[in-house]
Amino acid sequence: MTAHAHADAHALAPAHDATSTGLDSRKLAIWTFIGSECMFFASLISNFLVHKGKSLVGPLPHEAWTDPATKQVFEPIIEIKLVTMGTALLLFSSLFVVLALYGAQKGNRKMLLGWLGATIMCGLFFVGMQVYEFTHFVHKGLTLSRNLFGGSFFVLTGFHGTHVTLGVIWLITMFILAFRGKITPEKAVNLEIAALYWHFVDVVWIVIFPVVYLMK
Amino acid sequence: MAHTSAGATAVSGAHGHDHGHEHAHPTPGTYAKIGLVLFVLTALEVGLYEATYGEHAGAAGQNLQPFFVPLLLLLSAAKFALVAAFYMHLKNDSKLFTTVFVFPIIIAAIVIVSLVVLMAYHMAFSRAG
Repeated sequence: MTAHAHADAHALAPAHDATSTGLDSRKLAIWTFIGSECMFFASLISNFLVHKGKSLVGPLPHEAWTDPATKQVFEPIIEIKLVTMGTALLLFSSLFVVLALYGAQKGNRKMLLGWLGATIMCGLFFVGMQVYEFTHFVHKGLTLSRNLFGGSFFVLTGFHGTHVTLGVIWLITMFILAFRGKITPEKAVNLEIAALYWHFVDVVWIVIFPVVYLMK
Repeated sequence: MAHTSAGATAVSGAHGHDHGHEHAHPTPGTYAKIGLVLFVLTALEVGLYEATYGEHAGAAGQNLQPFFVPLLLLLSAAKFALVAAFYMHLKNDSKLFTTVFVFPIIIAAIVIVSLVVLMAYHMAFSRAG
């Protein structure tokens, strides 16, 4: 290593301690966690798929069902328009959080706070959409124990919604830190780790949306 | 500059990257373009659903039905790859992160396909008696 390069090494403050991989251990940790979460959601998606179309009673996702005993008609329960809006919000939130990270890395506080605030709002709207959807489904007669669709649907989307809620809480803490001026360009990796988790909940929804809501 | 030297390792970037693999992160313009593509792909997914199973899907919808699931999976995979590559910065970050992410996804995909095939076989076997 040349003397010039050595001087450069001191000029740039490292964002993390030296590691054997040369990578930030916190980033490696979040990627490992995300990898384990992929397998967690794979088990829930498998559960949904193997029970798909095997419900003996309604309400059903895409077809109307008449109760033979009471002659009560249960309308198809899925509302594509509402969920499409939620999906768009989650996709936009992924865009907003990378813009917030860009602002953090460039030391642009206004950009950081603005886009991080927009990300949090999108996350809150998504959680609100899911709370409304769950309440609506229960009012229409679909509960966790009603049929196989209800059980596998609420478990899969419920766990995803919990992840989104935790992500929103994490982003709110990041917003408070940023507001206090504690997310400097040197500490932007803290936001990058939260953003990676947020993108993960987005990519999981990218899989859940067609599998649960669009596939018949 | 020797990337394997201890000094180089210590510099691993104000943004927490391995300099041996680091490139500049995309610009806000690139992020916005990716966002637009993601939005269009989602619109295509919903459009495909409406064209195949929607209220006004006619005979053309029936013709689309055999291609519906493969097309939907293709669109979904494209969105997944775009978010992972550009928003999660896997395109520019260390290959170790990609490995740590992709390896479990391969296992996850194998688990999903295996269980679906196993259950389909089980159901067919049950019906056959």
